[in-house]
Amino acid sequence: MPVDSFKYLPRAIATYYRMTAAKSELPIPWTPVPRPLSQCTFGLVTSGGLYHMGVERPFDVEQEKQEPERGDPSYRTLPTDVQPSELGASHLHINTRDVVEDTNILLPIHRFQELAAEGRVGRLAKHAYSFMGYQGFPPNTTAWQEIYGPEAARKLAAEAVTCVLLTRPDLTAPQTRPCWHGRSKQLACPRSW
Amino acid sequence: MTNMPFWAERAGAPRTLAVEFPFGHALGQPRNAAQQMRVIRQALEVLETADTPGTIVHSEEAWPLPPEQALEEWQPAVPSPLMKVIAPRFMQIMREQRRKSKATKP
Repeated sequence: MPVDSFKYLPRAIATYYRMTAAKSELPIPWTPVPRPLSQCTFGLVTSGGLYHMGVERPFDVEQEKQEPERGDPSYRTLPTDVQPSELGASHLHINTRDVVEDTNILLPIHRFQELAAEGRVGRLAKHAYSFMGYQGFPPNTTAWQEIYGPEAARKLAAEAVTCVLLTRPDLTAPQTRPCWHGRSKQLACPRSW
Repeated sequence: MTNMPFWAERAGAPRTLAVEFPFGHALGQPRNAAQQMRVIRQALEVLETADTPGTIVHSEEAWPLPPEQALEEWQPAVPSPLMKVIAPRFMQIMREQRRKSKATKP
């Protein structure tokens, strides 16, 4: 059975997405897996708003409370030998209770350490990267695309990462191209929530 | 990993494993290592076997709690600040939807 993308969405949001979604006109990126996974280094990336407590600042949700139509585009660096109790979550669009209880549901550090130990994957990179998925309304992922995304990608490459697992836990809609909605002709394409 | 292949398709993700889990739980429930590992192993299979850009594989893994409970539990305790801003826009859209469907009925 195909996964129902709208199963856990309130009806109004689902209707809005269906009416306004546009398909990316960009070619889909593709990099072949270069070698068996047992020889690959894995990186982990999430848009779940995780941060290293006491080392880096949480995502700027205070600013978002002042300006609800903007989201913090920066990212956080998480050492993969971090104690789970040192990780916090700042994200106003999902309930973070469960991920604080077990960060593996978004950032599966322990699972990948187990997979490396059994030889299913090569190893886990020393650092993982965390974004906060809400990028405003209408969404604006320019800073992700031009600054923070390439920066995190360079850091992953510097650690010789060959494969990345990205977990997207929120209703975030990635920016593809602007679309126009309704008679008002206001830019209203949700690309992030 | 996503529970919204709808967006993965529109954004053009190279390889996607779609799992019908509630938001905030991409890999499963807290403290359920077996469930998390099953999902990750499926994702690794997708990585190994996908040969076409834009591949989306739909997992058969099911959320073990009732949908109403999951819908309730993934949402933040306090509605996001955006909700106040966009609620009127949603209402407008829903009204337009209803008007259109009435108009098209014979």
